[in-house]
Amino acid sequence: MVHFLADNIISSLGITTSENFSSLLSGEVGIRTIYDKKYYPEPFPVSMIDEVSLEHEYNKLTLNYSYEGSTTKLEKMIILSVADALKNTKIDIRSRRTAIIVSTTKGNIDLLDPAKKGCFESDRVLLWKAGNIISRFFANPNKTIVLSNACVSGVVAINTAAMYINSGLYDNVVVTGADIVSRFVVSGFMSFLSLSQGACKPFDMNRDGLSLGEAAATVIMSNKSESNSSIVYLSGASANDANHISGPSRTGEGSAIAIKKAMIEAGITAKDIDHISAHGTATPYNDEMESIAITRNNLQDVPLNSLKGYLGHTLGAAGLVETAVLLEEMRRNIMLKTAGFEEHGVSKPLNVLRQNESKELNCCMKMASGFGGSNAALIISKQEINEPGAIR
Amino acid sequence: MNRELYVNNYCIVRDHRIYVNGKLCFESPVSNGLREFAKAAYRNLAPNYNKFFKMDEISKLGFIASEYLLNYISIDEYKNDEISIILSNSHSTLVTDTNHQNTISDPESFFPSPSVFVYTLPNIMIGEISIRNGIKGENAFFIVEKFNPEIIVNHINNLFLTNKSRAFIGGWVNHTETDYEAFLYFVTDKKALPHNRQVINNLYNNL
Amino acid sequence: MEEIIEKLKVQIIEQLNLEDMEPEDIDADEPLFGEGLGLDSIDALELIVLLEKEYGIKIQNPKDGQKIFYSVKTMAEFISANQK
Repeated sequence: MVHFLADNIISSLGITTSENFSSLLSGEVGIRTIYDKKYYPEPFPVSMIDEVSLEHEYNKLTLNYSYEGSTTKLEKMIILSVADALKNTKIDIRSRRTAIIVSTTKGNIDLLDPAKKGCFESDRVLLWKAGNIISRFFANPNKTIVLSNACVSGVVAINTAAMYINSGLYDNVVVTGADIVSRFVVSGFMSFLSLSQGACKPFDMNRDGLSLGEAAATVIMSNKSESNSSIVYLSGASANDANHISGPSRTGEGSAIAIKKAMIEAGITAKDIDHISAHGTATPYNDEMESIAITRNNLQDVPLNSLKGYLGHTLGAAGLVETAVLLEEMRRNIMLKTAGFEEHGVSKPLNVLRQNESKELNCCMKMASGFGGSNAALIISKQEINEPGAIR
Repeated sequence: MNRELYVNNYCIVRDHRIYVNGKLCFESPVSNGLREFAKAAYRNLAPNYNKFFKMDEISKLGFIASEYLLNYISIDEYKNDEISIILSNSHSTLVTDTNHQNTISDPESFFPSPSVFVYTLPNIMIGEISIRNGIKGENAFFIVEKFNPEIIVNHINNLFLTNKSRAFIGGWVNHTETDYEAFLYFVTDKKALPHNRQVINNLYNNL
Repeated sequence: MEEIIEKLKVQIIEQLNLEDMEPEDIDADEPLFGEGLGLDSIDALELIVLLEKEYGIKIQNPKDGQKIFYSVKTMAEFISANQK
């Protein structure tokens, strides 16, 4: 059995899971329109982390650690996130039995910008290098495993961690990840015409694209529970659409396969799932594709949200951020509304949350999809399931 | 049921040569970089697949390796969602990243290109191989300091033992400013070389 | 117009990596998408970049793209009407 012990989120809305959750609960949106030529020649809406307070928090943290090397913005975000999550567990980060997985799409990609030349060694942009910094900072004896699989990275990283624990390879896995807002990424999505005019509007009739965001998040998983009311990992899967490298499948095939496989592995049926945290990027095609994949699995009545309207799309961090929020929703038995959603705008009649709602949440699903035809899903539960359909 | 996995086939692309199961299958007359090499290797197979020319260089490399690997076997007996692709490298998509960066660094000539940007994710090559072969199983791409069979072997074995997949393409596809290298292998439960760290390391190193 | 059409054909082949294509293989009246050259959604976005980069023309509403990029001829007409 794989238990979720602790988690953290660092975003525009806070530097702990509970800070973020309080902001989300009050409906606060972290997306603002900024005009900074460093990122893009025109104004655009984005969810950014305040760099001054990031530096401040990082400097405070380093007083308690012996690491003396310099760190990039991305590394600081990850380190702060891991350190905060570690505070809430008894696991030994220095143990050989504890692994670290870093999920990121572009890592220190800002270092490629000529403006940043010379700040760090030139190969610091390589993703495994950032991984090494994290293991060195926390004196973890294992090589940090870096997973980079577009926007499903976070969900696939959690699925991978669960396999490590279930197979006995490690006792604990610290799954962390981050992506930053950069000229590189903003200009790329702009060239795809996929950024929205204002804060994005998942599943809405008038959705016009995604909003970008930056975040780091961590979930710590273990083969032992540290309390008697823990949330456990049930199952997870990924699947490829085999359709197009940037456009989601019109039939929702890949996402539908990932969901179906996860449900079969968990031994549950559609009626066992209390709540879905969708990918919900708010691009016209993604949300439509998800509505089809969800309906194909008979999950269209399950209350569903997307968090992209609060924090933007945080790419490699998104799956971790959203799983951490989902864990908090389950602990508090509250489902968050979908910020930006007003009028139903996908072809299938999904149950998109318009208001925060209280509900006993026992079993929940997280979905993700991304470039390269990638899709993933995972299912988590409050209680152990021994037999198929045992959840009530 | 047999719960062991075996390496049925493997393909190595190195020094402008392509080897399948240790045998030289293609050699480019001149060592003139990945772009020309990949094109020559593609023409040698003559698959008539125009999407190939749209790919960035590292996707072409991964694609070529997968074409030669799968040229000698049939994957038809597996359902499309029973075949998984788990890859790794050390440089992610750095060469293409640099190309994209070059289109946006100068404010006077700021023309980011969607067809370059889309390839700045390492798993796009998994997408390309999946599209080509209709493969819909599990995907993961790992970034490691140097070739590391352990992560891939563990991942594939775990997917197999949890019944998520029955056939696998695993390996390494790397491209730097000065070099390129691909090592892909095909794994099923059909008896052949045992699928473990040692064997994978030997196959990778013994050419 | 003929001049723009010929130039466009070369630029399209170059920008969209249409291997094995020569300018004379492209019929200026033939649809660029669908059957024609087999272009996809990324190619459509790439044509928007091409207009901006080579001709300084910014397409304000991407939905206009469908008409503008119908064929090489419609593109050329759009360019000659909008070029400063």
